[in-house]
Amino acid sequence: MTRSFRGGVHPNDRKNFTAAKAIEVAPLPEKVVIPTRQHIGAPCSPIVKVGDLVKKGQVIAETQAFVSSPVHASISGKVAAIAEYPHPVFGSCSAIIIESDGKDEWVEGLPIKREWQSLESDELKDVIRLAGIVGMGGATFPTHVKMAPPKEKSIDMFILNGAECEPYLTADHRVMLEEADRVVTGMQIVMKALDVKQGYIGIEENKPDAIKVMREAVSGTAIKVVALQTKYPQGAEKTLIKVVADREVPSGGLPMDVGVVVQNVGTVVAVAEAVEKGLPLIERVTTVTGGAIAEPKNLRLRIGTTFAMAIELCGGFKEEPAKLIMGGPMMGMAQCSVDVPVIKGTSGILALSAADINSGDERPCIRCGRCVEACPMGLVPSMLSILGERGMYEAAKEKYDLLDCVECGSCVYTCPAKRNIVHYVKLAKAQNAAAAAKK
Amino acid sequence: MGEVKIEVGKLSVSASPHIRCDESIAKIMWMVNLALAPAALFSIYRFGLSALYTMVICIVAAIVTEYAIQKWQGKTITVSDGSAFLTGLLLAMNIPSTVPWYMPLFGSAVAIAVAKHTMGGLGFNIFNPALVGRAVLLASWPVAMTTWPTMASKLDGVTSATPLGILKLQGYAKLVEIFGDKMTMYKSLFFGSRSGSMGETAALLLILGGIFLIYRGYINWQVPVVMIGTVGVLTAVFGQDPIMHMMSGGLILGAFFMATDMVTIPITVKGQMVFAAGAGALTVLIRLLGGYPEGVCYAILLMNAVTPLIDLWLKPKKFGARR
Repeated sequence: MTRSFRGGVHPNDRKNFTAAKAIEVAPLPEKVVIPTRQHIGAPCSPIVKVGDLVKKGQVIAETQAFVSSPVHASISGKVAAIAEYPHPVFGSCSAIIIESDGKDEWVEGLPIKREWQSLESDELKDVIRLAGIVGMGGATFPTHVKMAPPKEKSIDMFILNGAECEPYLTADHRVMLEEADRVVTGMQIVMKALDVKQGYIGIEENKPDAIKVMREAVSGTAIKVVALQTKYPQGAEKTLIKVVADREVPSGGLPMDVGVVVQNVGTVVAVAEAVEKGLPLIERVTTVTGGAIAEPKNLRLRIGTTFAMAIELCGGFKEEPAKLIMGGPMMGMAQCSVDVPVIKGTSGILALSAADINSGDERPCIRCGRCVEACPMGLVPSMLSILGERGMYEAAKEKYDLLDCVECGSCVYTCPAKRNIVHYVKLAKAQNAAAAAKK
Repeated sequence: MGEVKIEVGKLSVSASPHIRCDESIAKIMWMVNLALAPAALFSIYRFGLSALYTMVICIVAAIVTEYAIQKWQGKTITVSDGSAFLTGLLLAMNIPSTVPWYMPLFGSAVAIAVAKHTMGGLGFNIFNPALVGRAVLLASWPVAMTTWPTMASKLDGVTSATPLGILKLQGYAKLVEIFGDKMTMYKSLFFGSRSGSMGETAALLLILGGIFLIYRGYINWQVPVVMIGTVGVLTAVFGQDPIMHMMSGGLILGAFFMATDMVTIPITVKGQMVFAAGAGALTVLIRLLGGYPEGVCYAILLMNAVTPLIDLWLKPKKFGARR
């Protein structure tokens, strides 16, 4: 029997658009727009000037802050501009615009050849930090920070998140199928850096081929593949750990509080590339899909490729999209422009048609309880939405555990009154934070 | 290849998630109406055209009242969502078919105007509107509201007092005697050959409608099972005939269609079970000790009043709660 967790929903996953399509390497872009903020944490400052010639893999922005990650040029060419530019997460952000010289040359000394076994834990973490690797599932938390828990937390388990529970997305699925050995190598490196013996790969049952391929790839290692029930949000860290390890991350806590570190599939492949070849994170696999895309694909894109370019590679729009999203449809971020660039956390570019989004007018809560049933965190989402709507932000936090909400969107998906519960949750969290900052 | 462009302002931007399920308030409400339809049609068959008139008056009055109030308040008109229709239909099911025309009209208007819209409309009402309507009618016209029609059809409509009324006034032996024997009594109760409110008579059809709602996931099976079960257990404990009690009066209608009204009952399944047990116990209390022969209506209304307390008391178990 496959283990499961409480709550969750079963949206139509629509992965059939791209699940069977091999990763296609996008042609070299003529220009890339690379925001200096690719991650959660301190922004980087540009260390190149307009007019500079840069090579692929060259550091172009960095900072001394620990919770941060350097940014590299993803093509070789000339820095055409450094300016404020639309950003898929932060709205707008300073970005370095590079015009390609068409040569696509690596910076001097790259790539290298290195045995990962020859490096010690600290050296591995250093390589990962310098390679600019962040969580590629969408959260973009710097990977080296996640791998350096405080001393009092003892980590004994690593879980690779191959659930890919977001509908539409198939990037991780394709990477597991096509680069299974890289995934396993990356995972072994992370496990060595963390000094853990237990390693699991959690994959939803709707990807039987990936489960099979990964089982073959891990044979002879200590890593085990766990088949997970297909249910959203199986790939959320807390539910993943609950199901794979049967450990419950305490309220307000982090995975490391129960001795677990979780990473995304793309992230560990980036780790393998960085450690074995010395290559920084300058490209990623992104699923470009949705009912409004002419020819959905899984593309290997350079960081800084604009959404417009990626969509063009998929034949453009076949109908006018109602919504453009970075990431999956459940937790992704709605965009107002096709000019935003692909960043390290861009797991998907979704152009949803009006039929896909199935929206309706928001109505009052009828207390049907479907959100309570769906909430994987055991909250009362209906009350959070009502308190948020009325501006009772503190009550939401004190009495209804606002801060435990992971914003997975299961409640909104299932709500017959079409209430924008996550919107109210985000609003209440922001208002509480603002009020706390004032004090 | 043409360049991919979208005009500024064309894309809809909102917080996640960006996809929704197919359910809607209107769909749920019309499904509940549909689930009630067999029992409603049966009551027209049993009680004749007067039942149809009463039903139509209740439903039309509910819709017109809601329309008028929303128009007056400048709110979005939502009469097509089926909830006012449902209130009207449920009220009709809760009253005798023979009452004069102005009673259902008044009851329906009170249900919608007072019980629903003074509270803020759909979703905000504390009490089940149809039951408030019935309670007001019972208080205003007690005689008319407890005068039961003789059944119109040729089937064996037995008497014009309800089984619970006979039980209250004449005792259990008399009740069995009227039906002939116990088995005949149970069968009559189950298949609807007895007098009562329009929606009280056909236990079988109400249960089928309820099972449909459970299957669709609109109500939780725990509510009717716990409520009817509590009545069965308590009446047995007090030396009464539990089978007769479970099938009599408005219990089946109430347990499947009113104690499950999502707006006015607790939001967690645990809370709903407490609610159902409380409603069942109060029903027995009223039936056995109260002045009225039947207590489902007041039992549910009383539990409606404590629903916010139950919700505060029985929250779901939080993931990762620190012990």
